[in-house]
Amino acid sequence: MSASCGRNPPPFPDNDDQEAELDNGVLDSDEDDDEGEDIFTGASSKPITPTSAPEEADIFSEEGSYIHHTTNGLHSDEELELFTEATVELTLTNTTSQGRREIIGPTASACNTAHVPNSIHKPSIVNKTMEELEEDESTDQFELNVAVTNPEKMGDGMNAYMSYKVSTQTTLPMFRNKTFSVRRRFSDFLGLYEKLSAKHSLLGCIIPSPPQKSVVGMTKVKVGKEDSSSAEFVEKRRSALERYLQRVVAHPSLLQDPDVREFLERDELPRAVYTQTLSGPGLLKMINRASDAVNKKTIKMNESDNWFESKLQEVENEEQLLRKLHTAVDSLVNHRKELCSNTAVFSKSVAMLGSVEENSALSRALSQLAEVQDKMEQLHHQQAFSDFFILAELLADYVRLLGAVRCCFEQRMKAWQRLQEAQSTLQRKREAEAKLLWANKPDKLQQAKDDINEWESKVSQYERDFERVTCTVRKEVLRFDKEKTRDFKQHIVKYIESLLHTQHRLVKCWEAFLPEAKAIA
Amino acid sequence: MMTELSVTASSIRITDVTQDGDILTFAITSQKLNSSGGVCVFRTYEDFDWLQQNLFSQENVPGLQGVIFPPLPPKVPSPLNTASKSLKQLGFLALGHDWQSYCKALEFYLQQVATHPILSQCKALDSFLTKSESPGKQRGRKGILNRLSQAVEGMRKESHKDVDDFFQKQRHKNTNLAALSKVATEKILDVVLTEQKLALACGHFSTCLHLCVNQDDEAAVAFSKICLKLSDIVEAVKRNFEKVANNNIATLGLGLDLEARYEEAEKEMLFRRTCKLIELETVKKNTEKTKANKRDVMEEIQKATEKEFSLISSVAKQEIERFHSSRVTVLRSFLVGWCEKQLDTAKECAKLYSQYLDTCKNLFSE
Repeated sequence: MSASCGRNPPPFPDNDDQEAELDNGVLDSDEDDDEGEDIFTGASSKPITPTSAPEEADIFSEEGSYIHHTTNGLHSDEELELFTEATVELTLTNTTSQGRREIIGPTASACNTAHVPNSIHKPSIVNKTMEELEEDESTDQFELNVAVTNPEKMGDGMNAYMSYKVSTQTTLPMFRNKTFSVRRRFSDFLGLYEKLSAKHSLLGCIIPSPPQKSVVGMTKVKVGKEDSSSAEFVEKRRSALERYLQRVVAHPSLLQDPDVREFLERDELPRAVYTQTLSGPGLLKMINRASDAVNKKTIKMNESDNWFESKLQEVENEEQLLRKLHTAVDSLVNHRKELCSNTAVFSKSVAMLGSVEENSALSRALSQLAEVQDKMEQLHHQQAFSDFFILAELLADYVRLLGAVRCCFEQRMKAWQRLQEAQSTLQRKREAEAKLLWANKPDKLQQAKDDINEWESKVSQYERDFERVTCTVRKEVLRFDKEKTRDFKQHIVKYIESLLHTQHRLVKCWEAFLPEAKAIA
Repeated sequence: MMTELSVTASSIRITDVTQDGDILTFAITSQKLNSSGGVCVFRTYEDFDWLQQNLFSQENVPGLQGVIFPPLPPKVPSPLNTASKSLKQLGFLALGHDWQSYCKALEFYLQQVATHPILSQCKALDSFLTKSESPGKQRGRKGILNRLSQAVEGMRKESHKDVDDFFQKQRHKNTNLAALSKVATEKILDVVLTEQKLALACGHFSTCLHLCVNQDDEAAVAFSKICLKLSDIVEAVKRNFEKVANNNIATLGLGLDLEARYEEAEKEMLFRRTCKLIELETVKKNTEKTKANKRDVMEEIQKATEKEFSLISSVAKQEIERFHSSRVTVLRSFLVGWCEKQLDTAKECAKLYSQYLDTCKNLFSE
């Protein structure tokens, strides 16, 4: 990731509080903090499973030097106030090295087939356990809250669009002000993603993806339909954009990116037309994606360590499982909505019965019953929302995130492929040189030697790249796993709270009705 | 024939139901009036039908047509286990485990007949409740009182203007109540069906969560724990829906269904009376038109018809009053029962969720 994989003997800062902070975060959920969408935060450097065989020690040492980590400070429940301005507090621990993530390359000579670069060993670090690494300390703590609110329709006709207010609160010195806000539209968010992808995905970072485009949804909004379904669509999108942004700023290296800063701060952003599906770059992207899909199948790596292979398999399995879960929750949400409407219809029928009933006490009881059913309908409605926003969207987000994780594995494979190709080219050049020597053509020899030098340096560059990507991917994945667990934990707690809340209200409804029923004579 | 019922009406219970192919057999128990002994008989729907026909076809009961006959639940469609057919024909009574609702409805029917001042004296009832051999084999005369036919003829007669204000009003009210209570029953049936669907969806979700269990590495183990916890919670949600649906079925649903069918029964009675009224008016008109020589005969007929009509009307009036007071009581008990059950279930569920919340908060803060 960003700072660091510094090769210089890294002093391990003692972050003993790392774990403790994380725990506090969850425990603090009772206080009135903001909606804690758990995001990618808080990774401490815990890249390695210390169980692997000796030859993998190289990678370990590499990663062992990583110091950068972040913690997510507080989470909260805003429970049913899901739709109000949600902010997230992040605590970023930003250690020293920012900017260029450079690995001072392995001093070993060229490897032929080894994809595991030889490197400087740091025996003392190699055996560091995950827990110890996790305790590495954060040096500084910063805060950044971001929220997406106030959707407003701008323009009209088919050129209309929704603009959202993006508000930031921060103590980070890299920003001009402490609190500021700008207005952005959907294509701006997409544009940000494109830029970040282009820059960071090659390094093996997991880039959160923004919500998908929806032609149907947007058209309804553009056309000016004021019904509840387009309001719901806007709300879903606003919430999704907010979670997206929160995940981006939670990622320590992405936060450092000037594009992100610009996105948050700058008043007017140039319109990201290249995000339009049918634009030139859009088409190019589609073509690239297609060709990527084909290529992916053909890259077969020799792994010295099964970690990557098994992890990738795990990721793919999990993606499928989460998809299934999402479908299940979706059907739950739909049935609840059905229950809502059925309850409303029932309520009306009871009200009518009450109105023709002669016995006054019975009539009153029946109208009360109708009211109780109305209240229950509202409760069902709210619960359906909770189901959706707490569970369904969480699952949908993670399905997409797992896709992003897969991409980062792919990046690593591409890096390996480049390395392989460079190595075989080098081999060819050497053979060419040998042939020239044999054939005794001194004039071309210099050229051949130059070629060899060029490719030798390319090979070592690609080796370093590969090593770095490997290191990054491993870290990212481990951090992702941790975050995912925490995210889910938080959401489950939120979900139970919403269930409990609904249930309490339900009890009150029944308690209110009982005396009415008993009063019938 | 009039006899005193030899068992106490309030002790009549349907204690068991067995299914043999397409036939349901009900075990009916009751307490003997004059001794501490109990009686148990086994009856099929055919037997119930026989009873109802006998009740309809009693002779020498003045104003029988003015009686509101307790409604017998419709026959269970065969083949027995087609859920959708059952639902269509029986509505609410098809729900509930093992024909519980249906048995309850039959039980009510017997109790209503046994507590009816006129009907409880029918010999057939006593035979039905006490004789060990089933009476259904003897095919009785089909009564003159048949189910309301929806022929155009029927519709026309139904809206015939009444001579009595009380009855005119009654007919109007009854029409409304019958229609509305039927609608209410249908709507709560929809609610219950959706609740059952929700329970199924929860079950499905919970199963999917179990698929997520994976012991590969530490992170996977942690995640699996979370999934299992969520699965427990979803199971609790599922059980809650099932309970809520069952409560709805056993109390309010049953109550509304009974009310709807009783209103129909009242409608039938009022219709019979209206038919009699039309008959009387026709006879009167004919009498006026007859030539002198036939007039005496016609006048006799007219007098007889008038007498019948007034008997029917007086019985009807009593029946209506009796029905109106008892229905309020019945509805009250159903509503109270329903509310209490739902309240208990809701409180139980809240407690459970609260426990889960505490467990989760503790578990997850590790």
